[in-house]
Amino acid sequence: MSPFLKQKDIICFSILAVTIIAIPLFLESKYHFIVLNVIGLNTIVVVGLNLLIGFAGQISLGHAAFYGLGSYFSGILTVNYGFPLWPAMLLGMLATGIVAYLIGYPSLKLRGHYLVMATLGFGIIIHILMGELEHFTGGHDGLMGIPPLAIGRFIFDNDMNNFYLIWSFVLVSMVTARNLLNSRVGRALRAIHGSEIAANSLGVNAADYKVKVFVLSAMFASVSGSLYAHYITFISPSSYDFYYSIQVVTMVIVGGMGSLWGSLFGAGVLTLISEALHIAKQYHIIAYGIFLCVVLIFLPDGILVGTYNFFQRRRTQKFIVKKDKHKSS
Amino acid sequence: MIAHMEFSQQIAQYIVTGLTLGAIYAIVALGFNIIHNATGIVNFAQCEFISLGGMFMYSLVVIFKIKLIISFLISMSMVALIGMVIEIGPIRHARSKEIIVLIFLTIGLSGVLRGTAQEIWGTDNVGVPSFSGDNPIHLPGGATIVPQHIWVFAITVLVVLVLHYFFKKTLMGKAMRATAVNRRAAALAGISVNRMIFLSFAFSGALGAVAGMIIAPISTTSYDTGIMLGLKGFAAAILGGYGNFAGAILGGIILGILESLGAGLISSQYKDAIAFFVLLLVLFLKPTGIMGYGEAERV
Repeated sequence: MSPFLKQKDIICFSILAVTIIAIPLFLESKYHFIVLNVIGLNTIVVVGLNLLIGFAGQISLGHAAFYGLGSYFSGILTVNYGFPLWPAMLLGMLATGIVAYLIGYPSLKLRGHYLVMATLGFGIIIHILMGELEHFTGGHDGLMGIPPLAIGRFIFDNDMNNFYLIWSFVLVSMVTARNLLNSRVGRALRAIHGSEIAANSLGVNAADYKVKVFVLSAMFASVSGSLYAHYITFISPSSYDFYYSIQVVTMVIVGGMGSLWGSLFGAGVLTLISEALHIAKQYHIIAYGIFLCVVLIFLPDGILVGTYNFFQRRRTQKFIVKKDKHKSS
Repeated sequence: MIAHMEFSQQIAQYIVTGLTLGAIYAIVALGFNIIHNATGIVNFAQCEFISLGGMFMYSLVVIFKIKLIISFLISMSMVALIGMVIEIGPIRHARSKEIIVLIFLTIGLSGVLRGTAQEIWGTDNVGVPSFSGDNPIHLPGGATIVPQHIWVFAITVLVVLVLHYFFKKTLMGKAMRATAVNRRAAALAGISVNRMIFLSFAFSGALGAVAGMIIAPISTTSYDTGIMLGLKGFAAAILGGYGNFAGAILGGIILGILESLGAGLISSQYKDAIAFFVLLLVLFLKPTGIMGYGEAERV
């Protein structure tokens, strides 16, 4: 494997790989596969976004646009122009990367809330274009009949084989991200997060790295979008609105900013909760809001890291209390 | 010649409509700025303040048949109260003071508020009667307006004057400005920073409610009407320079006119895209907004 993966990483990724292979043996319901596939698709976006938010410290509220660009490039190229499937996906990824570069290069010079606004505005523009460029996108009615992906004669046309396909991509994206983070680039990103000026003065070209990681995270989202389009075979603008952008950033925060495994966890927990809350029907929005508030108020480092820290603190507190009692007695 | 007249009339009409929208965006942008100056965050619950203002107004005026002016004041106070509760509860007790966490906390809160509003009022669009009839008034430039447009302008001017007086003349206003400039220095001078943040949420709630109430007779209102208005208000604040009051008003008006001209001359489907596109262009040319100085950087 790569020189940048530590032994611990290799063990963790192996466990994930085995779990992925084993899970379908215990699942029967089509619904469970669908939920797991959605988790996988979200995880790919969240892993990319976490590189940007958690490691480079930049916020994007426009990632639904990149996810959507991937879907629409794949959909339009294959349905309208009869492109072969995998090249369309690759082309979509590259095109999304170029769009991300064009928007990211000027945007990432912006600071704080200005960056939030720029990415938000970009997301809204792309969302409107998806609905209005009817000639290409099928408008608000969406684009139908997107062919499923295939390798040779093998077609990914049901929930179970899509599960293997999507989760292989999850694994690849996580290994890529870990690899990147353990390398010089990862150290540079963390330095930028710590202090951009300090990083600059140590010879890290912060502006350059920020744009690159933005482009990379957009490409992750694009790939996930393409997979979604080929899996569901139907896309419409409503899947790529402002709420999706917010949802994926929420997953990054709830999983833990700057935690790779947290991305998987955050995408998993929030997708599951969102699914579970459908039982609550009209109370869905309220319940989701309350959940988000509780996590952000009490576990701002994310559920994984936050819970760990909480118990760690409890333990040290008990220890201190014991010692104090000991003294006073 | 006649075609020319008609065109100039049309333009005048678009500009009047744009100014009305712009006034609303300006009020919302002021609400964003006040909270930003006190806390440094973007308060996305501002969107819900707008919806709630409109819906409270609807309930009081249409359902409970309470007098307009009294309904106006009650709605404003109720939303201000909600703003205060949000601050005292979740915002103040959040373990992390990191900006991104607090911003997403306001997004969570806005979900709770929107969901609750949906439970109470349902998802239908409802109308609120105009403040003083609907007889059109013909302006000299050829544009036609309804009295509600005049109410929107008048109330916006009043709001700006009141805020100006408050921030420039009263001790509390000065304390809030001091907090905005430097929180620690303000605290050292004996200003209760927490109380200033508390006040800023009250103000912001009241402003959001006012925006929601004065636009409701023109464009109807619903439980989620504030989302797009709120995002545009945020855009206006950014366009003018985040945290800058004159900038918020200028940004609001520019955005309103752009949107109205874009809808009229180019395409109504693309109006939001045009407005945001221009916003991006401005940001790329002047990254701190039209009147902003940029955020101070700590090394």
